[in-house]
Amino acid sequence: MSTCPDCSTPISEGDRFCEECGRNLLVRRTPVGGPDGSIAAACVCGSVSIDAEGFCERCGRAQPSGRERMEFVLPPVAGISDVGRRRQRNEDSMAFGVVADHGVVAVVCDGVASSERAEQASQAAADAAAEVLLDAAVDGRDAERATVDAVAEASVVVAQLAGGEPQEVAPSCTFVSAVITDETATIGWVGDSRAYWLAGNGSRTPSRRLTKDDTWAAQLVDDGVITEAEAKTDHRAHVLSRWLGADAGLVVPHVVTVHPEESGLFLLCSDGLWNYLQEVEDLAAVMPADVPPVAVAGALTKVALESGGHDNITVVVVPFPPRERGAGER
Amino acid sequence: MTAEFTVEVFQNEYLSEGADEVNAIVTITSDGAPVPAAAGSTAAEVIIVDCSGSMRYPPTKLSAAKHATAAAIDTLRDGVAFAVVSGTDRASMVYPHHHGLVVADERTRAEAKQAVSRLSADGGTAMGQWLTVADQLFADHEGGLKHAILLTDGQNQHEAPTQLARILGSVTDRFTCDCRGVGTDWQVAELRKIAEALLGTVDIVADPQGLTEDFRAMTAAAMDKAVADVKLRVWTPEGATVKFVKQAAPVLFDVTDRRTESGPRTGEYPTGAWGSESRDYHVCVQVRPANVGEKMLAGRVSLVAGGEVLGQGKILAVWTEDSSLSTRISSEVAHYTGQAELAEVIRDGLEARKSGDVETATAKLGRAMVLATESGNEDTAKLLAKVVDVVDPAHGTVRLKARVADADEMALDTRSTVTKRVGRA
Repeated sequence: MSTCPDCSTPISEGDRFCEECGRNLLVRRTPVGGPDGSIAAACVCGSVSIDAEGFCERCGRAQPSGRERMEFVLPPVAGISDVGRRRQRNEDSMAFGVVADHGVVAVVCDGVASSERAEQASQAAADAAAEVLLDAAVDGRDAERATVDAVAEASVVVAQLAGGEPQEVAPSCTFVSAVITDETATIGWVGDSRAYWLAGNGSRTPSRRLTKDDTWAAQLVDDGVITEAEAKTDHRAHVLSRWLGADAGLVVPHVVTVHPEESGLFLLCSDGLWNYLQEVEDLAAVMPADVPPVAVAGALTKVALESGGHDNITVVVVPFPPRERGAGER
Repeated sequence: MTAEFTVEVFQNEYLSEGADEVNAIVTITSDGAPVPAAAGSTAAEVIIVDCSGSMRYPPTKLSAAKHATAAAIDTLRDGVAFAVVSGTDRASMVYPHHHGLVVADERTRAEAKQAVSRLSADGGTAMGQWLTVADQLFADHEGGLKHAILLTDGQNQHEAPTQLARILGSVTDRFTCDCRGVGTDWQVAELRKIAEALLGTVDIVADPQGLTEDFRAMTAAAMDKAVADVKLRVWTPEGATVKFVKQAAPVLFDVTDRRTESGPRTGEYPTGAWGSESRDYHVCVQVRPANVGEKMLAGRVSLVAGGEVLGQGKILAVWTEDSSLSTRISSEVAHYTGQAELAEVIRDGLEARKSGDVETATAKLGRAMVLATESGNEDTAKLLAKVVDVVDPAHGTVRLKARVADADEMALDTRSTVTKRVGRA
């Protein structure tokens, strides 16, 4: 007989919730609030003033933060989020979950560095969106519709974080999500966090980037003002044209659904990775073969760190089809 | 906009359980580019030349002072507001003739040099009066750097020490002042007090011939200061006290008592004006120890000018059971702790020597020789070698020299606070 993973109460097959603690037994997901459960708690001294670097403004105590390096593995999906080598804080966040027999949901958000409390924005957005997407997956609702709903919910929670600061520095973040089942993958995004499809060997669905950045540079390329090559070095390359935040209003994501014919990997990442690995060829060149998703995420993160780690790096890897590799399977 | 200043903190943040003292060396480097607050405002310079009667002997003294002042005037950039003041038991305007500053240009510089060449020496010495007049001259000058040069050859005889102290208290932080003593009849402690109060340097120019180059260099350095009135702001957590804040390089200078409160648990210490330069500060904070495993921000050091934060650094404390971590001493902290001791033993040694306590003087100056040699402070070691004969440099065995030139003793005293910059890998 199996038991509830939270409270170890025995559960019967077919139970959707634990009778004892109420845990949803079909869904496994990353902890809400990030690795330490909460990122905006009060200090043990009672003060609620925590500075931007996580120190209490009264007693100086460093607040617990596991955000510098977050690593979650919920087979089959795995994700790593690393502060990098230059930034003081990790303002990227990720949230993902697995719904038994229904697939995988994953979200990556990158807090806008010029905004206040960006790490709270990205964490809140990722958590809220993952929750909506997981609920929809449990109920078997349409993934594209769910993605729009998820971004709407994430917009609201991020906007609620706005405090007294000027509107242009209100907490804000980017967004990229994936809802991946055995047949399809639905990708939604706002901003410059990206999703890639990386085909396995011999796959007939070629590797490609699935998202198009919401940046001024990308827009200028579209309008034929500058070339793709020029855009990479343009100082506007990272200036977002769309984001989530109090100054962005209600945002509708771009949504695409793809139907890979063969196995491969879906990769969600922040610009801390793709700054160094722009194209699918660049990614393919450094990706280890035949290793579990967490090793893929680890290897890619390492490349970004060794290339300078100028920004926070977040990588979530979901194999397709989204199943745990059983014994004997390669 | 804030990239001109970099703040680096060197420390061992690891403390053993219950330890409560956190030491850090804060290195501040400025590339000298003016920040907007300073741009557009011009510098002001007042040169104060001692014209007391003693300046007549030997006659080279006054003529050297005139040459040096002329060189300083030549170094003034166009547009700088300036004045030359002669100091006796009162202060009188040399140039301009009215009580005020004039803008430097070809004509005013020539007129000023003319006026300086006619200077004669007669009267007493009351440096407080000189500084009061300098302060009045600067008062009308809006913003920008305010710098004075004070040249003297004697002691402050026509003014009570309390009078000078009171005046220093009222003019401190209003302008900076570099002090130079010419000859050997002036008092190191007296001039140092003035220089420290006014965030300037003090040095001896034993040979009047050396004055010209020194004045030129001082004026040039002042002209290069891009940001005036910079403060070191130190935030400390609740329950913590700042034990001391000392400038550690290029010259030792304790500013602990110069703190002004600027916010909750926050105080500011004056650092004067900055050009393209780098300085080290030793900050020592006593904190309330936290539990093993906990990390604390023991201090946040910010450099501020005109309400703008130019740079920031963090002083951390992490309590650990791992003694291999907590017993490690930061080489930077160790180095400057040594340099501070060096200055102290030189001062004590010279005092003991003056009072005839040969035993103490020998021990202190011997210790100084060890510290100077070990830390690679060759300049100080050379100055020491003019006062003591070294028997064994490694063990600090020295003998006091029977005859020591006054100038050598005063040079050692004056420059005892000049530190050797810490070597970094």
